[in-house]
Amino acid sequence: MTPEELGEIAATQQEAVLRFKHRIHVCTAASCLSSGSDRVKQELSKEVVSQGRDKQCQVKGVGCMGLCVKGPLVSVKPDNVMYQNVTPQDAADIIKSMDASPVGRLECATDQPFFRRQVKIVLENSGRVDPEKIGDYIAAHGYEGLLKVLTEFSPGEVIEQVLRSGLRGRGGAGFSTGLKWSMVSKADSDRKYVICNGDEGDPGAFMDRSVLEGDPHRVLEGMAIAGYAVGAAQGYIYVRAEYPLAIKNLKTAIRQAQHHGLLGTNIFGTTFSFNIDLRLGAGAFVCGEETALIASIEGKRGMPRTRPPYPSQEGVWGEPTLINNVETFANIAPIIRNGADWFARMGTEKSKGTKVFALAGRVANTGLIEVPMGITLRDIIFEIGGGIPEGRRFKAVQTGGPSGGCIPEESLDMPVDYESLKKLGSIMGSGGMIVMDDSSCMVDVAKYFMEFCKTESCGKCVPCRVGTYQMHGLLERITDGSASAQDLATLVELCDLVQNTSLCGLGQSAPNPVLSTLRYFREEYRVHIEDKACPANVCQIHSAREVPA
Amino acid sequence: MGTSFRKPVAPNADKRWRIVEATMRRLGNESHALIEALHTVQESFGFLDTDSLRYVANSLRVPLSQAYGVATFYHYFSLKPPGAHTCVVCTGTACYIKGSAKLLQSIEQKFGIRPGETTEDGQLSLVTARCLGSCGLAPVAVFDQQISGLVTQEALLSKLERIEKHDA
Repeated sequence: MTPEELGEIAATQQEAVLRFKHRIHVCTAASCLSSGSDRVKQELSKEVVSQGRDKQCQVKGVGCMGLCVKGPLVSVKPDNVMYQNVTPQDAADIIKSMDASPVGRLECATDQPFFRRQVKIVLENSGRVDPEKIGDYIAAHGYEGLLKVLTEFSPGEVIEQVLRSGLRGRGGAGFSTGLKWSMVSKADSDRKYVICNGDEGDPGAFMDRSVLEGDPHRVLEGMAIAGYAVGAAQGYIYVRAEYPLAIKNLKTAIRQAQHHGLLGTNIFGTTFSFNIDLRLGAGAFVCGEETALIASIEGKRGMPRTRPPYPSQEGVWGEPTLINNVETFANIAPIIRNGADWFARMGTEKSKGTKVFALAGRVANTGLIEVPMGITLRDIIFEIGGGIPEGRRFKAVQTGGPSGGCIPEESLDMPVDYESLKKLGSIMGSGGMIVMDDSSCMVDVAKYFMEFCKTESCGKCVPCRVGTYQMHGLLERITDGSASAQDLATLVELCDLVQNTSLCGLGQSAPNPVLSTLRYFREEYRVHIEDKACPANVCQIHSAREVPA
Repeated sequence: MGTSFRKPVAPNADKRWRIVEATMRRLGNESHALIEALHTVQESFGFLDTDSLRYVANSLRVPLSQAYGVATFYHYFSLKPPGAHTCVVCTGTACYIKGSAKLLQSIEQKFGIRPGETTEDGQLSLVTARCLGSCGLAPVAVFDQQISGLVTQEALLSKLERIEKHDA
């Protein structure tokens, strides 16, 4: 592919789209698909033909539009009408309404805070482009970033741009992306690798799934730009086997990019060559840890090792390796296209740009959102999220999955950025955000996460293997009413021990859910232990006599 | 040099082994193809048995202990044949908050199976997933590859009854 050809494809695609007076987008991402959006799309396509509107109306499948709970979602462009809970039976009415007033009973307000308060960079194409068509992505300025770096920038200048943008790793820890890139680029080796970490193992997180399903080419472009910057010719995407649609769309995207010469040898006629392969995870949470992920790519048990050496020095096959999260790579092309300063203008002093969150749990508008860094948790939950349904009371919001913590009502006005969340005893994490109301017992939630860490501990180091097991046992005693005050003291002591002596992030952060619930909801622990009662009526407390000595 | 490598023969004449072979060949029959090869076996045969582990290990020149180690390390791999129908209940945080534990309890009461078990007639297997990433629709369950969201206890049980009877 030559630069001119890229421009031609974009122009023809844009023209083709404009030929249609109405463009009907049907969400075909996993959530809407599970509520039957594929049948909706089929029926809409049929109706377009049978009503003789196929010259004016285009029906296409697109990625996630965000408001998953109201799926299947259908949006009509350029009329800017959105429909919710669409069934195949509604198709005829929707097509009939073109050039007339919208179908009132299905309408989903597009000016509600859920849509208005979001700022989309990573998800700019999600819900707009057909993830199975490379032309659609190119028409939306796709691969322009790659073209720009290959023809205008030296690798050093690319890293300089990423550094200046202030982008930090979106996988959770928040390490400076530019710094990571420069470390790999400085490493001395002829063979280097780029890995995209798509092992989204946090329960309650589906940002990466949505990006991979809805806009896979964006990730490929980001990886290719990274490959050019650090001097790598091979990339791997490590994606969960539990995400079949993401895998399918990625496979299609890679094949199309190779076919168009956007991956492979001598991209855009330059000396730069880059290829990407898929590797499937197999259901091990610990593989989200970078050294465990590398072991898994090498076909081994996914067990972490001590660092240093960091993957930037010794990664896959012992060679320097750059590992970034899906969302991090998804930010790269827009940064290159629009410039580092454009990106750095968004967000807070230390956390730039936007963050994608998977909003779920006891909140009205569950779904996928992208917000500027620095927005408050209260705005996310009560404005965008629409508050707590069924007239219940907000109790806590959990961020960061099993490595994060629960944040109470009084801290909801904190801005969302890496530092603030850490100060609250939680972490940004990859972006899972679970809202809990008064029907949740915080001790039970802590137990839930500890059970998770206990099962997912790889067993390599003793503090994590044994510590999580013991902590889970103590939490079980607290929730069944057989614990003593001493048990709580032991739990706190173990938290400290496991946090400070575990080998990898899984163990080091496993105590966070316990520590944060102890910090903000200690009273609930006390009631379980002293009064043998569960305030939320979740735990099954044995009566005092039944408790074994 | 050591004894020359002789490529092992597939355990039987089943054509599905060709798919497994293709995966291993695509990755150069290298040891790092182990996980990908096991994925293909499970996709083709439904689970990993001793014969398939031995065949893959020998083909990739990986010690059998290592292949077994990998197969048991990753939750996704199953060493037991699945029932005729499978129900996956998601136990991710969002689903947990919205009552997936109660769904599992009701299945145990009705069908007498816990996660990882299969009914005696071999009709229904119950599995849990860590997170299916459809948290917006929690609680979520999957019936024979068909994912459904906002599952209620009644809907789940009646669906499973229908699934069970369908073949009986």
